[in-house]
Parts: sequence; structure tokens; C-alpha cells
Amino acid sequence: MAPVVVLWLAMCLGGTWAVDKGNFKTCDQSAFCKRQRALKPGESPYRALLETMELTNTRLTLQLINDNNKVRLLLELYRLQGNITRVKINELKPLKPRYEVPDVLIREPPTEPLSLLSQDENGVVLSLGAESQRVIVSARPFRLDIMEGREVLMSLNSRGLLAFEHLRMRKDTFSYKVTSTVASVWDYIKRVFTSQADPEAEKKEEADPANQAEAENVDEEKVEDGMWEETFKSHTDSKPNGPSAVSLDFSLPGVEHVYGIPEHADTLRLKTTDNGDPYRLYNLDVFQYELYNPMALYGAVPVMLAHNTQRTTGIFWLNAAETWVDISSNTAGKTVFGKMLDYVQGSSETPQTDVRWISESGIIDVFIMLGPKPKDVFSQYASLTGTQSFPPLTSLGYHQCRWNYNDQEDVKSVDAGFDEHDIPYDFIWLDIEHTDGKRYFTWDTHKFATPKEMLQGLMDKKRKMVAIVDPHIKVDSNYKIHNEIRSRGFYIKNKDGGDYEGWCWPGSAGYPDFTRIDMRDWWASMFAYDQYEGSMENLYTWNDMNEPSVFNGPEVTMHKDAMHGAWEHRDLHNTYGFYVQMATAEGLIKRSGGVERPFVLTRAFFAGSQRYGAVWTGDNAAEWDHLKISIPMCLSLGLVGISFCGADVGGFFKSPSTELLVRWYQTGAYQPFFRAHAHLDTPRREPWLFGPENTALIREAVRQRYTLLPYWYQQFYQAHRTGQPVMRPLWVEYPQDPATFTLDDEFLIGKDLLVHPVTEEGARGVTAYLPGKDEVWFDVHTFQRHNGAQNLYIPVTMSSIPVFQRGGSIIPRKLRVRRSSTCMEHDPYTLFVALNSQRKAEGELYIDDGHTFNYEKEEFIHRRLSFANNILSSLNLAPDAKFTTQSWIERIVILGASKPSKITLKAADGQESQVEFEFDASMSVLTLRKPGMNSGADWTVTLQ
Amino acid sequence: MSCQYHQHLLLPLLLSLLTAGVSSVEVQRPRDRQFYEEGKPFTCLDNSATIPFDRVNDDYCDCKDGSDEPGTAACPNGSFYCTNAGFRSSFIPSSRINDGICDCCDTTDEYNSGAACQNTCRELGRKEMESLEKMAEIAKEGYRLKQLLIQEAKRGLEEKKKKLQDIQVTKKDLEDKVEALRTVKETAEQPEKEAKERHLKAWEDQKALIRMEKDMARMAEVFLELDDDGDGFVSVAELLSHSELNPDSDDSFTEAEAQVLLGGVDKVDTVTFEAVWNNIKEKYISEATADTTAPAETPQEEPFSDNDSEQYPEDDIPEEEDDDDEEDDDDEHDDGDYKTPPTPTQEKKDDDDEGTMPPYDQETQDLIDAAQKARDEFDKSERALREVDDQIRNLEKEISFDFGPNSEFAYLYSQCYELTTSEYIYRLCPFNRVSQKPKYGGSETNLGTWGKWAGPEDNIYSVMKYEHGTGCWQGPNRSTTVKLTCGKETVVTSTSEPSRCEYLMEFISPAICQEPSSLESYFHEHQEL
Repeated sequence: MAPVVVLWLAMCLGGTWAVDKGNFKTCDQSAFCKRQRALKPGESPYRALLETMELTNTRLTLQLINDNNKVRLLLELYRLQGNITRVKINELKPLKPRYEVPDVLIREPPTEPLSLLSQDENGVVLSLGAESQRVIVSARPFRLDIMEGREVLMSLNSRGLLAFEHLRMRKDTFSYKVTSTVASVWDYIKRVFTSQADPEAEKKEEADPANQAEAENVDEEKVEDGMWEETFKSHTDSKPNGPSAVSLDFSLPGVEHVYGIPEHADTLRLKTTDNGDPYRLYNLDVFQYELYNPMALYGAVPVMLAHNTQRTTGIFWLNAAETWVDISSNTAGKTVFGKMLDYVQGSSETPQTDVRWISESGIIDVFIMLGPKPKDVFSQYASLTGTQSFPPLTSLGYHQCRWNYNDQEDVKSVDAGFDEHDIPYDFIWLDIEHTDGKRYFTWDTHKFATPKEMLQGLMDKKRKMVAIVDPHIKVDSNYKIHNEIRSRGFYIKNKDGGDYEGWCWPGSAGYPDFTRIDMRDWWASMFAYDQYEGSMENLYTWNDMNEPSVFNGPEVTMHKDAMHGAWEHRDLHNTYGFYVQMATAEGLIKRSGGVERPFVLTRAFFAGSQRYGAVWTGDNAAEWDHLKISIPMCLSLGLVGISFCGADVGGFFKSPSTELLVRWYQTGAYQPFFRAHAHLDTPRREPWLFGPENTALIREAVRQRYTLLPYWYQQFYQAHRTGQPVMRPLWVEYPQDPATFTLDDEFLIGKDLLVHPVTEEGARGVTAYLPGKDEVWFDVHTFQRHNGAQNLYIPVTMSSIPVFQRGGSIIPRKLRVRRSSTCMEHDPYTLFVALNSQRKAEGELYIDDGHTFNYEKEEFIHRRLSFANNILSSLNLAPDAKFTTQSWIERIVILGASKPSKITLKAADGQESQVEFEFDASMSVLTLRKPGMNSGADWTVTLQ
Repeated sequence: MSCQYHQHLLLPLLLSLLTAGVSSVEVQRPRDRQFYEEGKPFTCLDNSATIPFDRVNDDYCDCKDGSDEPGTAACPNGSFYCTNAGFRSSFIPSSRINDGICDCCDTTDEYNSGAACQNTCRELGRKEMESLEKMAEIAKEGYRLKQLLIQEAKRGLEEKKKKLQDIQVTKKDLEDKVEALRTVKETAEQPEKEAKERHLKAWEDQKALIRMEKDMARMAEVFLELDDDGDGFVSVAELLSHSELNPDSDDSFTEAEAQVLLGGVDKVDTVTFEAVWNNIKEKYISEATADTTAPAETPQEEPFSDNDSEQYPEDDIPEEEDDDDEEDDDDEHDDGDYKTPPTPTQEKKDDDDEGTMPPYDQETQDLIDAAQKARDEFDKSERALREVDDQIRNLEKEISFDFGPNSEFAYLYSQCYELTTSEYIYRLCPFNRVSQKPKYGGSETNLGTWGKWAGPEDNIYSVMKYEHGTGCWQGPNRSTTVKLTCGKETVVTSTSEPSRCEYLMEFISPAICQEPSSLESYFHEHQEL
């Protein structure tokens, strides 16, 4: 190991194992959070000026005034298609424009008509379409209530926590004094001219936002520390725009369960934050993160879901600045005494969750998604920010990564190791050491002297590679990428106008301004085969460190006063990683002339990142708790649109015990993104290094993944089409069963597979909750049938991965597991038909070429498989689509069947033939031998 | 259409098999052919089922052991036999049949995938033959060299054993000599000790005399200093001006206390003063020195004043950076402690006043010289004995060292072999240590010291393990595994670091070469087809 590496490790990483909390701010150390959180619920100083209301067909606007400082805000209210209400609040006349997040919404959301139901001096009532939904705007104090019938679904500012720090001149500076003097003179002159007490003029004046100066005079707000400058550790944030935070509260009557706002290493169900810090959303490179706390991590999706047995709703707070979310509940932590008090006082309070969002800058732009079902919220959110990109099939296979595979020889021998041990894999990964001195888009000239040769070797085996490309660019005048970015002025600037420089892997580095479309276009062009030397079509990309990570920056990230054109980094920090992945994915698409689907993994993300590829949960550790937390972390991401999620199998830091490694493979095999990864300091851990027994266990887990690839692919196709998550919490499919609401040690893939991985050391058994009182579930390994709505104890051994198929479903598998997914392309399918108690089942089969965008041109096969009345049939769901496949149906396994006397296959042309079968009476399993029809054809199979 | 389709799919498969003249059954390993009898029901090789013959190789898995599909990919646990005429035959997992990747050099695994495979068996066979021949040649030569090494080692061992015997004889003589010289030394040291003690005693007596005279002189001086009025008496009043004489450290030095000091009288003359001198001399500060020392004492007390709080704000400024260099701060504190000057300088001065001991007289000096000579000779002989002991230990270690079954690795002992890579120079000193040194300057890193032979049980001498090298940051101590392979020379051929701080070194040596006969049988086994 080169001593240089050791040196920077020591420099960058410090010497302890747990996260160094002192490196990251608490709410108290973040001036705006402290300021805002000091504000307690009470009567809001904001009042709606109903006379300013303007209602067009699709938009209502209304001014709000803060009676304390007379600053006016503009409220905009939209009814969006698909049962979404958008509430936007900005300063009516801000001193300078405030940041509104671009590029995250896939389009300007289409609106629907709003109509005025009633109006009086206390407020207005608007109709939200047909479902007897209304918005009540109350004037004094201002609040919004969204109702359905007589039921309040959500209230805004009901606790009076709307706060909008208007932009202002700095009072202790010379320019302020000049301006305020001029303004007061002007003010005086105006007063003289309007002294005839003209009520019209009076009103006009009140409505005149130019009275900012007057407002300032009224404003008794004291200047607090941290408004104009803030220092954390040795870093000073210059804050030239002063305080600019925004905050709003949401009350959710009848709600006890809220979810989402990733990324946090915490339980699926969000906790109340009264006794600690709020959940923080601020993309940070957290070294050795700690579990079960609300600290910020690498990514941020400001979307929260609220759920009860009746309804699911969502709040999307579109703001890219540092954000904190407080959650409180009137039921959580209520003591016996408290409940007794309720009883004595006769109050039977309905449960309620109160949420409060606080952001450092920007505006309030919130989308209220009204469900009512979980799937409705998913499509509503997808209609705003888009769906999961449809990944190449191969990226759903197994990925082998390590920091680092040392050289081409190493890559070759690891590749050979998979063949030798007959373990399939699709991708081998190269971390930062593959580059020439951490100059991305280059190769180490000694260790990776002939990258194309290496890539060709992988291609010959139908395998692929991912190489890392991080957004920090080494400042080096001999480095083409750096020179181009510098000469084009594409770097982010520091507050003094020079190119921002920070310390990262290559030493001193610049950070390209990915918020610029011209920068992104240029970046994308760098992935062209003739630009990215040594790249080939089986080389894909990994964007790490894109929070962005700046080793010597405040909280290991960029200074907030760095500049992206006219905007401060403060305004858009959380979208930096989103843009990096966007530009990279665009590059991979462009290099193939728009033909091939990209695959890009990112660590940082924001709302909308689902459109560009996969994410992983960052630098976890080889500990059992980290294995456990991978489930809620990915479930939370799935709820907010990001389905392609995984955790480093084995754990990144430290070295896993063999048992932990095996269990992690077994868990990871059933999570969307399946990649093993390891830190440079850890001993090697390729799957065959732990004795033949463990190699066999790992091989079996990986093979199970590969047999299920058709189902995974289908789930991703659905996610891409509809925005439904691939990996789902149970409550999403069983929304009326409260027993599912807090489960996060098991999950569903789609709606038909339930997985309860073993995540306890030395486990002898697990207890899985099988939901649905009308459901039956089949153990996919033994085919044993279990009733729903029960806690089932399952004894386990080291080879057990408890997985159940829902009765009523049909799941296609490919049982001929080969060395990579591409090798299995033409292989036949086995259909697993699990009958429900009505002896029915349904499923789908989706087939396309697996890697191009041709599916957008209707080049795919999409069929509905259904079993009812002893007839299994395949129906074309996309009659206009055209695609042919060599694959055929080699076997049909019907679970929960009874023995037929004969089975007849009827082909599309009406020709009939007998199908041989076997029946296992002990497990009621009927196996049809080699029916043999093409997977794309129409057919029926009749059991008699 | 389904049935036809299925036949469409299979027909070309079977046709291609048939037309190519390779019946699906013929793809079998010759010795298994007996089980696949055309037209007769087939019993799975694990006896799990019996199926009609048309279900053999029909692209559907009927047997649990996969034996019904030796020519298709239908069974997950099946295997396919590559005949590979011209090269080595082999088995591949049946999942590699028709996967578009050429596995068998005779291309038989890709009969229906459209993969453009070339028959490379002849070429591979030729290459393997060449390499086997080369290996055989190396092995033969290596084995010959190994025999020489063994003989050499044997000779070396005999020599060493002989040498050991010789040295052991020498050692006995030396031991006797040491004992004799010890007696001589002790005999010479006794009179030396006595003479030295005498000399010292005389000097001590003289010193006591000098000290007493000095004390008397100081007493007289003090008396004169105290006797302010020069009346030849020191009175209580005169004493009171010397507050340092206050016996208890309360505020006032009272007359009564002064009186006690003067032996209970109001004043004393020179004679009586001599009697009370002991009460006074320890604490007394001469008026001449008191003036200069007094102001020096005041600043020492100040740190206890309440100025402390005011000093903190100043400290606060650098404190922000403290997190990063806390250790540095600690160092500074330590330095501070060391810098505080030690006080006992005054005592030293007193000693100096008394002068140095006069040199020994001639007689004593002669005795000392004689004793020293005896001591030197004794030390010299003892050193020689220790050297011999070391030699014996080293020889014994080398003789008992595990240099392989026939000591064939003995020639590596106390040798070193280097390999230069693009960045480092690696150095392997067998049975001692492995190290790495940057090519362009920098210090050497220990990659492990000799641990043990660590090959597999049947070939333990094929791997050396070096352990407990320099520690890695947050990681293990460096260690190196050295893999030995047969060669004519002794060379380090490659180094790598497969896992951080775990090095792998390839090392060739004749000492590991196997007897060619055993290799030849291996060679024949693989050429049977």
C-alpha cells in the first residue's frame, strides 16, 4: 500500500470508527434552523388580504401580510391533474428574485379548473374537482384547510408556523443607511402628497409593496447572530443575502404514520422529533454514518407520505436548500397519565401528526398529493417528477465491486473466479484507483494500460464493467478535462468570483457547474467513445462524491456562498448530485446515438433522480445493524420514486463475518440493486474465499436472483410506466391492515413476492407476518401453503431465505441460470402459478431486447397470464407492439392445484395437444412438462 | 401454433446434431456411453427415474441429477463433456451450452447459438505440449539442481555440525579461562577496595574540618551583622529585624519568640551566641542578599490572583483550530514542563566550595591499576565466551531450521532477492524478512518477518508466510505470502497486493522442483486422447 494513500486517509478520515458528529451541524448550530425552531406554535401573524384575490380558471392568487412587519407574500394555489394541489408562496416583491427549483419537475404540471364555492370576509371556499374536496382559505389568521366532505385531510399554517424571512438590506452597512434614508425621505414626500386622507389612496398604500422601507421600519425583529454571517468550526459562511429561510406547518388529522423524506439511516416509519433534532435533508458525505438517527446523509428527497387505514396522502416540498423536517404527534409518547387526563377532561382527541418544514432559502412550493390510495400517491408524484428509468436488464443482475480491483490482471482473475465457481455476475466495477491520478475519464497507464483489451475480454463473456467518474476535477493544467472546463468557464465560482477549489481525492479540485445546461451537454459529450479513451459500449458509469464532497469544506461539502451564476450554492445544494447523474446518463445515451439505455449509479440524489439510474445507500459498514437498516432505507427511497436502490453487500467499512456476508448476499439478492462492495482496507471477499460451503450458499443466493430476473425486469417496467415502487413496504399493498404499518424487516417485491430475509446473527428462525386475511402465501422453496393475516414462525438454517409467493399470482422465472443475464436471453420460461383460495391467479410476462430504447417504439411483448376455471391463458396486453422472441415456455408449475385427469394445450391457430404432467399430492403441486409454446404467442392450457 | 413452434425449435437442434454426424448421445464421455442405449428406456444415473429414450437430450430436465440432458442446457446441475480431440477433454457446466460463448475448443458446446467458434484444440494441444515439454525440461533441470542443492546442504550441514563441535570444545576452554581470570580479578580487587576506602576516609575527615571552620566564620559574620549597635551583644531587639527567623509562620515575630531563639535571655555575647547558633543558622538570611531576593518572590504569588478569567478570551481564538491539532498542543505542554529549571543548583555550589578530592597516593594508584588490568582481562575473556555462545546458538538454529525434507532450501538462508517494479523495490530475504522500498527515495517498509511454511498439507513447502510487518493505518500488520514454483534459477518473479497490506510474492527456485517421473505420469494422463 502506497504510503501516500495512507497519508490522505489519515488526513481525510480521522482516526475513529463511529461518525464524528461534531463534523456535522445540529439544528442549533444551523442559524436558520435554530431561529425557525425557536418559533413556537401560536397565532400566525399572517393574514390573507382577500381583496387581493384573483381567480382565473386554474389559478388562485392572494396576498398575505405579516402583521408584525407588514411584509407581503403572494400565495398561488393550483389544482393539478390527478388530485394534486399546489401551494406556492413567495415574497410579493422580493428585493431580488428567490430561487425556484428548475429541472426537477418533468414539465409544468397540467392544471385543472378551480371554482369558487363561497366567499365572505373570513375566507373563501374553493372546489377541488368532483370528489367533494374543497380548500378553505381562512383570512385571519391565514390558514388553508383541505377537506373532503366534512373531514379535514390536511391543514396548512394551522399551528401558525408559516414564516418567511423576507430579503432585506443589511442594516449595519453603509449602503443600507443610504438606501433607508432615501427611502424615508421618499416616504415622507409620499405622505405629504396623500395627506387628504383619501381612503382609496390609503388602501393603495397598504397594498403597495414598494413600502418595503416602511415595512422595515415597522419591523422590530432584532438582528440575531448568524443572520448575515455564520461560522461553523473554522468555516465562515458570508451570507451576503442575509436571512432567507422559509417554513410552513402541516397538520394531518387522523394520521399516526408518516414515511419518506429520505435519506436517513432510520426506521421506515418516521419518528417524532420533539426530543431531538428534526430530520435533516442536506446532501452530505458522512464518514461512517450512525444508524437510527435523523442526521442528513448523501441524498435528499423532500417528499413525505402520510397514511392511515382510510387514506394515503403525500407532501412534496420542492426546495433544494438545506431543509429540516420536524414531526410531532399528539399520540406518540403519550403517557398513561396523559391518557387519563384526556379521559378526565372528556377529550377524545383524534390522533394527529403535525409536520413542519424549514428550508434555508428559496420559496415555499409544495405539492399536496391527495391519494387516496398509496398507488394513487405514487402516480401523482410520478406525474410531477417522472418515473424510474427503465434499466438495462443486465443491470438487475449481480455486480461485483471493490475499492479497488488493482489492475487488468486482477479483473481478469476475478472474472475467471466467477466461472471457476460457477457464480453468475454481470458487472465488475472499478473504483477511483483505476484512473491516472484520480483524473476521471483516464486510466492508470501501468495498471490499466489496455482498457479496451480488458473490456473486450469481458464482452466475450457477455459481461460488463462500471468505472467511476466523480464530479471533482483535478486542478492540473496537463489534464484535458480540467483545461476545457476552466477555459469554458464551467466551474462553480467562489464568493469572490474565482473558480471554486476544494480538496478531494485528486488533491485540489474544481467542481463543474452541472446546473448549467451547456455544462451538462459538454459533460455528456465527454462520454463519446472518441473522447473517453479506452471506453467501449460495455463500460458504464458510477458517480460518487456528488453531494458534492469537499474534504476541506464546511461539513465536508461545498461552501454555501459559492456561486452558480447568479445563484448561491445554498439555494440549490441538494440538486447538485441530481444534475451530475442527469448529465452522465445523457452522455451514455448520446454515445450510442440514443439507442442504448444508460446505467449510472449515484450516491447523492434529489426528487427526480429516479429518472437517471440507480442509487445506493453509501458507505455502510459490515455490521448486522447495517444489514437490517438496508431494508427501511431502500423502502423509504422506493416510496418517493427511487426504486433502483441497494446497499453495499457485505458492508463497505470493516470486514464481515462469514455468516454476515452470506446473510447479506441472501438479502441483497432480493433487493433491487445487488452489488457487493468493500473498502480498500478490508481483506478480499470475493464469494469463493470462505470455503466451499459458503461459496455454495452465496452461489445459491445469486442464482435465485438470476432465476427471478424476468420478474424483476417486469417490476421495473411497471415502475417505469406507472411510478409504482418495485420494493414495497407491506402497508402499500395492505393499506387497511395496521399490523403492516411499521414493518420494516420484511418487504414485497411488486405485489406478489414477500421477502423476510434473515438479518439476525445466529438466527434459528424468523417470524414473518403474512398479510391479508383472504390471502394465501406459498413458500417459494418448499411450495408449502400458508394462510394470510398471521405471524408465521419459520425455522431457518444458513441456506434459508424466507420468500413467499402470493396466492393469486403468476411469476415467470428462468431456471437455466448462466454466467450472465445476457447469456440467458433466449432461455425458456417456467411459470409459477400460485392459486388463491378462489383457485385463480394472474400475472404478466414482459419481454424486450433488454437494452435499447426500442420498447418506446412498441418493440416488446407484454402479455397477461391468467388462471381461472382451470384454464390458464396468455393474452396480448399490447396488440400493437411487435417483438419476437426465441424463448418458450418449458414448464408450468401450479401451486395449490388438484390433480387433473388430462391437460390440453390449445395454440393460437386452434390446434390442440396433450401436455404431460406430474402431480405432487403432498404439496398439491402440479408440474406441466414442456408445453413448449413460444413466450410471445396466444395460448390456453385447460386442466380437466 | 405452440406445438409446432416447439418442434421448430427443437428440430433444427436435433437436425444439426444429426447432420453434423454428432449424435446427441455421442457427445457423451466414452465410458458413459453404455448407459445411453438408443431406443431403450433410460434410467437416470442416480436411479431417480426411468424415462423413454426420446426424452434424453430433448431439452427438458427429467432426472434430478441432470443425466438425461448431457447435451443440452436444460438441467441446472448438468455437465457437458467436451471431447476436444487434439487437446484435453473436459467437462463444463451444462449452463455453458449454447450461451454464445465458446468453451470447448472443439466448438461442440455451441451447436445452436450462432456463435462463431473456431476449433482451437489442435493449436491448444500444440501449445500445451510445448509448455508441458518446457515445464518438463525445467523440472528436469530444476530437479538436477535440487539434488546438488541437497548435497550442498548436506555438506553444509556436516560442516556446521563439525564446526559446532569444535566451537563447543573452544567454549569449554574459554569457560575455564573466564573462571581463572575471575579469581585473579577478585584477588586484585580486595586490596584496591581497602586502599580506596582509606583514602576516602581521610578526605572526609578533612572536609568536616573545613566545614566547621566555615561555619564558625559565618557565625562571626552573622554576629557582627546582627549586632547593630556594635556593643558585642546580640539582643532580642536586634534579632526581631530578621523576620525570617520567626519560628512559626504566623504574622508576628514576637519578642518572646526571639528570646527563645537566644536561649531564654535578652541578649547574648559571642560565646553564648555559639550555643544558640544552631537555632538561627538555617533560616538566617544575610541582609546583603535579602534585599535582592525579596522582590523576586512577589511575582511567584501572582498567578493565584483573579487575573485568570481575563486570560481566557485570548486563549479562545486559537482554540477553534484545536480540534485538528490537539496532539500538538499536548506536546507543547510537555515541553513546558521540561523547561522549568530545576532548583537544586545551590547544593551543588556547596559541594564545589569544599573542593575536589586529592589524587590517590602512588601506592593506592598501583593497586587500582593492577585491579583494572585484571578486570579488563576478565571482561575480554567473558566477551569471547559470549561470542562463542552466539556462534553456537546461530549454528544450532541453522542446523535445526526446517529447510525442507532434504534441507534443499538451506541455500536461501542469509541470501536476499530483489524485484523492481514501476514504483518499488521489493526484497525477499528468505527465512528472515520481506521489505519494500520506494524506487525514488523514501524509507523501507517491513512487509513481514519469517513466520512459517504455509503450503497445503500435502505440499507444505510450496508457500512461505512472513508476518508482523509494519502496521497499516486502521488495518492489519503487513504480511507476505511467498509462493514457490519450480524453476532453474532462484528469482522473485512478481509481487502484488491482492488485499491491502497483504502481499503476494511469486518466487521460483529449483528447491521446489518435483521428481520428473511424477510429472511425466501427469503428462501422460493428460495426453491420453
